[in-house]
Amino acid sequence: MNNITEAYPVAPVIGAEQIALLEKLSNACAVSGDEGEVRAIVSEQLKDVADEYKIDGLGNVLVTRKAHQGDARALKVAVAAHMDEVGFMLVDGEDSLYCFELIGGIDLRQLPGKSVLVGKNHTPGVIGARAIHLTTSEERRNTIPLDALRIDLGLGGKAKIGDRATFATRFQQVGPSLVGKALDNRLGVATLIELVKHAPPNIELCAIFSTQEEVGARGAGVAAYYFDPDIAIAVDSTPAYDLPMWDNSENTQYNTHLEHGPAIYIADSSTISDPRLVRHLAQTGDTLNLPYQFRQPGGGGTDASGMQRRRGGIASLSISVPHRYPHTPIQIARLSDWQATTSLLYQALLRLPQDILTRPLDE
Amino acid sequence: MKQLIQKLVESIGPSGYETTVRNLVHAEVEKFANDVSVDALGNLIVRKGQKADDGLRIMLAAHMDEIGLIVTHIDENGFGRVTTIGGVGTRTCLGGRVRFVNGVQGVIGGERLDSIDKVHSVEQLFIDVGATGRADCPIKVGDVAAFERPFMDLGDRLVAKSMDDRISVAVLIETLRQIKTTPHELVFVFTTQEEVGTRGAEAAAYVVDPDLGISVDVTLVGDTPKGVRMEVSLGKGPAIKVRDGGMLADPRLVRLMVEAAEKAGLPYQMEVLEGGTTDARAMQITRAGVPAGCVSIPCRYVHSPSEMVDYNDVQNSVKLLVELLSKPIKLG
Repeated sequence: MNNITEAYPVAPVIGAEQIALLEKLSNACAVSGDEGEVRAIVSEQLKDVADEYKIDGLGNVLVTRKAHQGDARALKVAVAAHMDEVGFMLVDGEDSLYCFELIGGIDLRQLPGKSVLVGKNHTPGVIGARAIHLTTSEERRNTIPLDALRIDLGLGGKAKIGDRATFATRFQQVGPSLVGKALDNRLGVATLIELVKHAPPNIELCAIFSTQEEVGARGAGVAAYYFDPDIAIAVDSTPAYDLPMWDNSENTQYNTHLEHGPAIYIADSSTISDPRLVRHLAQTGDTLNLPYQFRQPGGGGTDASGMQRRRGGIASLSISVPHRYPHTPIQIARLSDWQATTSLLYQALLRLPQDILTRPLDE
Repeated sequence: MKQLIQKLVESIGPSGYETTVRNLVHAEVEKFANDVSVDALGNLIVRKGQKADDGLRIMLAAHMDEIGLIVTHIDENGFGRVTTIGGVGTRTCLGGRVRFVNGVQGVIGGERLDSIDKVHSVEQLFIDVGATGRADCPIKVGDVAAFERPFMDLGDRLVAKSMDDRISVAVLIETLRQIKTTPHELVFVFTTQEEVGTRGAEAAAYVVDPDLGISVDVTLVGDTPKGVRMEVSLGKGPAIKVRDGGMLADPRLVRLMVEAAEKAGLPYQMEVLEGGTTDARAMQITRAGVPAGCVSIPCRYVHSPSEMVDYNDVQNSVKLLVELLSKPIKLG
């Protein structure tokens, strides 16, 4: 064990360099199916670190770090973080005024008046709606339907049908917080980049920078088939609705809290986590005094759903960085939660018991 | 067989937490099987027989899991908030009792509603385990519970929670015991996580790679007052599935099941189910595709804490499967 810790003495630490990388990742535009900008950043970061590096047919970036001294008994662990973000696709229009469709889950009420970037050249636009002067109070009570919204490129901008668009928010660090678009899931991508750079030597790490998660965990599924791992973990970002209730009653539907550390999933609508993995992560947190929380069981899904049922079934788990206002132009996460997520994941994998999959599923 | 049924239905095994049921089934099948294993998703895979020249590899599936509740929050007064595992109707919850996998028991209460015509949403329900605050509450976020209801023997009619699908687990165990000779390699899979989307069967079907797939599950009936319109009744024999919401059964297999029933002089009925599906769907669309079908046990009050089946249907399902599986199968 000493040799191993000497060979990899450093646990990943989130510092200025990592935050600068997250900034680049957050500002990149990568709506589902068009993840090239993020793929280029991942590639630049990891190509020289990888033992194996490959881009598959769906655009997933697959990076392998072999176990120390090629230990053949080492558990093969796939860790997936999705590169794509929710956004829009232009479907019709001319003269710089375009109808669009949603890609991934977006609340229409969030859209009017927001700045967007369109296409490969990041052409600036705005989602226009009728001015308050010209609407009735009755109209203002209702959500403006998608059919009535347009992306307006202000006549100067060029775009074509099929171009994707995303929110134009630029990343900022504000005190203890990270603020930007697409923190879901560039936080996961940034975490996985650090994990690959500091790969725990006791496992074979199969990193999946996945595509098309926001439209149904499509990329990770095929990547898990390719790697055929023993264990699969999705690193994602999950909502924190940890706000006071308007009537001061107890908030029982928060999903997660900011500053309570990484959210470990027990069950969401698409995956029931392997209870052995849940226990191992919690025990790692308890032993090392690292913060963690359990995400409230309920709706949602991650890349774990795409991976768990590949081939003969894979023991799976999700862990997420909590953040407020997901799938909106401005998302807020805490630096401390990101650091804690990176630490817990690294430490849990470093301590992964060789026999974890032969233990009883639930106690 | 009633004793076996009682043991199975009084065990707790919500989706993803089927260990108690798995251990019970394991003990029951061990001496009748050539090989027993557990996969990464907790499926219990039980093999019997060698494939003869005129034999097939046949996967038979019945799911061990049941619907249930999972704790999402413990409030300051020690009440547990919950969400559902699988298709739980909240109208069947209020006043019911639950038992957690860790043994803790509780009752289900609900917030006061504006009108008696309304039904609680799952967010408006809570579990009261007798605690007075967070400190003395014996359950925590993520703990999993099933409905608590004793087995009731009404003679021909049997009532319990989780007849869906422990009754089929019992049918497969009994089939395994009764089959003396078979030209087939039979792979009995007691699956996990069916109630949340046939997840266990999907993984198991890939590994088993069968030539033919048959699931055994419960189906709805149309024989209760002002119920759904459906041509399946309790006591009229096993229901041979023609279609459900997720699968069109292989017509050749449907015909073979009908022939087997007639040959053995067993009552049977044809099942056309509008919604819902079974593990047979997962088998049918695995790999390059597998001919698949389903033998259904007619069941009243499905997904309530008091699911009712007819004991004759149960025994006739065993006979049908034994008849079908003991001889060569030609799909033609």
